[in-house]
Amino acid sequence: MNEKMIKFKIDGNEVEVKAGETILDGARKLGIDIPTLCFLKEINEVGACRMCLVEVEGARGLVTSCVYPATEGMIVKTNTPEVNKSRKMTLELLLSNHNKKCLTCVRNTNCELQNLSKRFGLEDIRFAGEMTKAVIDESSKCIERDTSKCILCGRCVSICSNVQTVSALTRVQRGFNTYVGIAEDMEIAKSTCVGCGQCVVNCPTGALKEKDVISEVIEMINDPEKIVIVQTAPSIRAALGEEFGMPIGTLVEGQMVTALKRAGFNKIFDTDFAADVTIMEEGTEFLQRLEKNENIPMITSCSSGWITFAEKFFPDLLPHLSTSKSPMSIMGTLIKTDYAKREKIDPSKIYSVAIMPCSAKKAEIVRPELEIEGRRVIDAVLTTRELARMLKQLNIDIAVLPDSEFDNPLGEATGAGHIFGVTGGVMEAALRTINKKLTGETINDIAFETLRGKQGIKEAKIKVAGKELNIAVAQGLGNCRKLLEEIADGKSKYHFIEVMTCPGGCIMGGGQPIKSPYELARLNVPALRAKAIYKADEKARFRISCDSESVKKLYDEFLGEPNGKKAHELLHTSYNKQEVYMKE
Amino acid sequence: MKKTSEELEQIRNSMKEQMKNIRIMICAGTGCTSSKSDVIIDNLKKIAAERNLKGITVSKTGCFGFCAKGPIVVIEPEGTFYEKVKPEDAEEIIIAIENNTYVERLMAKEEEKLVEKWNELNFYNKQKRLALKNCGYINPEEIDEYLAVDGYKALEKVLKEYSGDDVIKIISESGLRGRGGAGFPTGKKWMFAKAVENEIKYVACNADEGDPGAFMDRSILEGDPHSVLEAMAIAGYTIGSNQGYIYVRAEYPIAVNRLKKAIKDAKEYGLLGENILGSNFSFDIEIKLGAGAFVCGEETALINSIEGKRGEPRPRPPFPAAKGIFNQPTLLNNVETYANIPSIILKGSDWYNGIGTETSKGTKVFALGGNINNVGLVEVPMGVTLKEIVEDIGGGVPGNKKFKAAQTGGPSGGCIPASLINTKIDYESLAEIGSMMGSGGLIIMDESKCMVNLAKFFLEFTVEESCGKCTPCRIGTKRMHEILSRIIEGEGKKGDIELLEELANSIRKSSLCGLGQTAPNPILSTLKYFREEYEAHINDKKCPAGECKKLLDIIIDPDKCKECGLCTKVCPTNAIDGEVRKGPFKINQEKCIKCEACVAKCPFNAISK
Repeated sequence: MNEKMIKFKIDGNEVEVKAGETILDGARKLGIDIPTLCFLKEINEVGACRMCLVEVEGARGLVTSCVYPATEGMIVKTNTPEVNKSRKMTLELLLSNHNKKCLTCVRNTNCELQNLSKRFGLEDIRFAGEMTKAVIDESSKCIERDTSKCILCGRCVSICSNVQTVSALTRVQRGFNTYVGIAEDMEIAKSTCVGCGQCVVNCPTGALKEKDVISEVIEMINDPEKIVIVQTAPSIRAALGEEFGMPIGTLVEGQMVTALKRAGFNKIFDTDFAADVTIMEEGTEFLQRLEKNENIPMITSCSSGWITFAEKFFPDLLPHLSTSKSPMSIMGTLIKTDYAKREKIDPSKIYSVAIMPCSAKKAEIVRPELEIEGRRVIDAVLTTRELARMLKQLNIDIAVLPDSEFDNPLGEATGAGHIFGVTGGVMEAALRTINKKLTGETINDIAFETLRGKQGIKEAKIKVAGKELNIAVAQGLGNCRKLLEEIADGKSKYHFIEVMTCPGGCIMGGGQPIKSPYELARLNVPALRAKAIYKADEKARFRISCDSESVKKLYDEFLGEPNGKKAHELLHTSYNKQEVYMKE
Repeated sequence: MKKTSEELEQIRNSMKEQMKNIRIMICAGTGCTSSKSDVIIDNLKKIAAERNLKGITVSKTGCFGFCAKGPIVVIEPEGTFYEKVKPEDAEEIIIAIENNTYVERLMAKEEEKLVEKWNELNFYNKQKRLALKNCGYINPEEIDEYLAVDGYKALEKVLKEYSGDDVIKIISESGLRGRGGAGFPTGKKWMFAKAVENEIKYVACNADEGDPGAFMDRSILEGDPHSVLEAMAIAGYTIGSNQGYIYVRAEYPIAVNRLKKAIKDAKEYGLLGENILGSNFSFDIEIKLGAGAFVCGEETALINSIEGKRGEPRPRPPFPAAKGIFNQPTLLNNVETYANIPSIILKGSDWYNGIGTETSKGTKVFALGGNINNVGLVEVPMGVTLKEIVEDIGGGVPGNKKFKAAQTGGPSGGCIPASLINTKIDYESLAEIGSMMGSGGLIIMDESKCMVNLAKFFLEFTVEESCGKCTPCRIGTKRMHEILSRIIEGEGKKGDIELLEELANSIRKSSLCGLGQTAPNPILSTLKYFREEYEAHINDKKCPAGECKKLLDIIIDPDKCKECGLCTKVCPTNAIDGEVRKGPFKINQEKCIKCEACVAKCPFNAISK
């Protein structure tokens, strides 16, 4: 089909866009960076901040370029004195109601408001009036809110409501008193929030941030009594470099390991290895369920936000979740059991840290169901961003470091473990092993192309050992919700579903480096980060989890059979309904 | 039971006959009801029954408009006008009817003469009641009475004789423009809504009247709800919609209840619902209650609110005609606009086009308030001057004070200074002088009113009513209000006026919706006509009108002071120094809170501001 194209001019430059596309779309094509604050393509198209106003010949007043559809022959001017005056005034107003403690803000130098203030050369805030009453909420294990830094762009609210369908955040009050809050003014911990952190990565300022535990980790490293062990999730190596000025999509696995060693961690293990173990467990579990035709479809369980989502919104469907623990918790369990025993370490002396692309993982570690002998298996989760900040505090610049290798025995991962970080990756990893187990064949490219990529729900029909399986991959909780509703209605045709809480999967997780909407529009960040992960997959010695010698050894010497008695006891968990908005 | 055209005609005829008898009409609008007009109705009915009076009806009706004189009772068909009636006057009124006389003490006096009929009052002389024509004439809760004044005849005519395009042609040629404030040509709006092809379309009525002190729409809904329903059905037929919504404030309980009754009655007669009057056209209307947020009068915020979302505007385009309620094409008009439609259909576009000015046709209803003798609801042909409204209809400014300015358009509008009192009331003339027609608020100020304070009053309203979605309105209106407050408190600085102007102009251009875009108008227009008042507040720390307390010095004239000390007894803050018979008293300005108690107390008029 021939799409209708529209030609128009911006600042004298001709540009062509598809019918329905906006002035802003055209401008970005031309490399004209019209400033925006509230705009998030397809997510928050509300025209609220008024930064993107432009002049259109013949139009009454200024025009909101982010939502205004381009029309044939339209003449747009983005930088007239009047437009600039209006932008400066809007900025000045925003700053007049903003907590301007930039130097001590986590987003210092990576703040969209700060950047615009610098860019437009604001010299003075002439309005020194009342400030909107601030709400500071530190109730959550994952996320902290400080509305004194909020500019009410509404991006967090839209992500939370429209994309994740969690609707924990909403605008409360009206006019100058408006703030982003929680229903009935409760704390976020009591809300439907699942801790995914998509609000954080989409916040232009420091109004939302992850709960920072850097000091605690540094303190533990400095404690001679403690053995501090760290594990890193698949997606960290594909994004950490960005925080050190490296191009998006740079794979920094080896440099990251060196940095962690220099930081003083006693052992550096790879969560990807635990992902291989997850596959052994989940794959076996799936085959068993399939055989008994019980709780099909089975849904993956590695994404923490997703678990909370299911517990809060779909408690009746919890039996569909795989009982396998997440790779992080499996690694944590192995460290404080098998590894501790082998190395003759008192597990109470181990301080176990996980570097995760995720803020929801901060809540996972305190789940009582995951404790072993009354002890948490992970003691702290740092997001990718926290790790970068911590390394910088410790004078470490990974960009210039040589490579090192993970420690053994929990450091050798297969390609299947690596691709856990991308949407479709868990499914692909599982299918590689399931196929091998059923057929004995090694097929590395059950890399079903349909499972990769960015659609919200991907599905495929595949034949494994003569069996036809309907599988689906969902990313973003709104898409997960659709699949769950099908199950609830008894209409689901699937056997196996992979879900990832965050749109784009872990590489775009709530704990990953924050990119501005302008960067996200210009560069395909998810694809670039995914490329790094697939590179790691290709480089791996083994690409199927069950081929891994370390995995085999672990089962032979410690766990026994996958999903067997010991494995079940240590590597599987249970889920429970979570109440929300309960008053004390 | 559904009625056929013939049956409706029969009802019309028999009701017309009935209405030739004596009818005692009592205003049952919100204002008169709060002055016990409901008790008056009960008493009149009771006494009429007791005295076995035959052939008369006692019924409630809509607003007569002359609210200053309420509760009002009019006796039709003579048109006898009784003002400020009390429940205990009922008996006298009934006896007068029996004896074919008047209750003179309840009648209005003008130029020392009793006025016999309501339409002979000066207040009504220069008015032309079209939208309000049935308010005060029929019982709004009786569909038969609406039928008797040719109600639903326009709908019938449209269904039988006209295509949608015919209707649009008539409306367009009539020159009717939206009465909600902006004055967009109604015919054009209907044309856009018709042109969009879609299976589902909606017709909506904006009854979210929000100007402080305005009650035009409320009065129409309370006094003539069927006219709005009929017009909405006509609109539905025209654009191809089967569903209407009336968005009305929950604070208008009488209007809501009468609308509910009217919808129920119209459905019973088959004038709403499936296959209206045997045609293929079906149309239903649902009432949606609003919580009274001013911004929900803005069309896209209203649509959000109908959908159950936060009452916040959406960016346009898409306009409601393309994507409105639940993203379906929606035609949205204001109550008063709809109220004009049935008459235009029945009497034709030429008739309507003949009223008003070149570009502003028909009439406009205003809620006249403030420092004016005849507070009330007035409907005037477009093109009358402000002077005619203030002096002839409004009866001038009370208390021998001078007219200073008028504010049209409420918090979105601007002021008209006394020097422009001859300005014609039409869309263009008002826009030209920096004001606007608005939805019909018309507030009169006398010389004792400070214009800086007036601007602050309206800003207080917009700050309160801003939805908070866009930056300029959310923060900007607050900052403007803060600057105004400091000027009024005597803390104005050099440069404040310029900063205020810069901010106001920026907010006007950069706000998302009409609320923000017009919020600076009260400031800009008072700055335009009364800049010197702002300057006096800032430079001389004086309020020329003497209204701003902080800038007021209350002074005892030592020559007039008799040293009696009475003033010290009433001063709540012990701000007056002196001893009896030991020299004139003196006010300590630091302590004085400008309550003026001493001014009132001084027997020698020695204290003044």
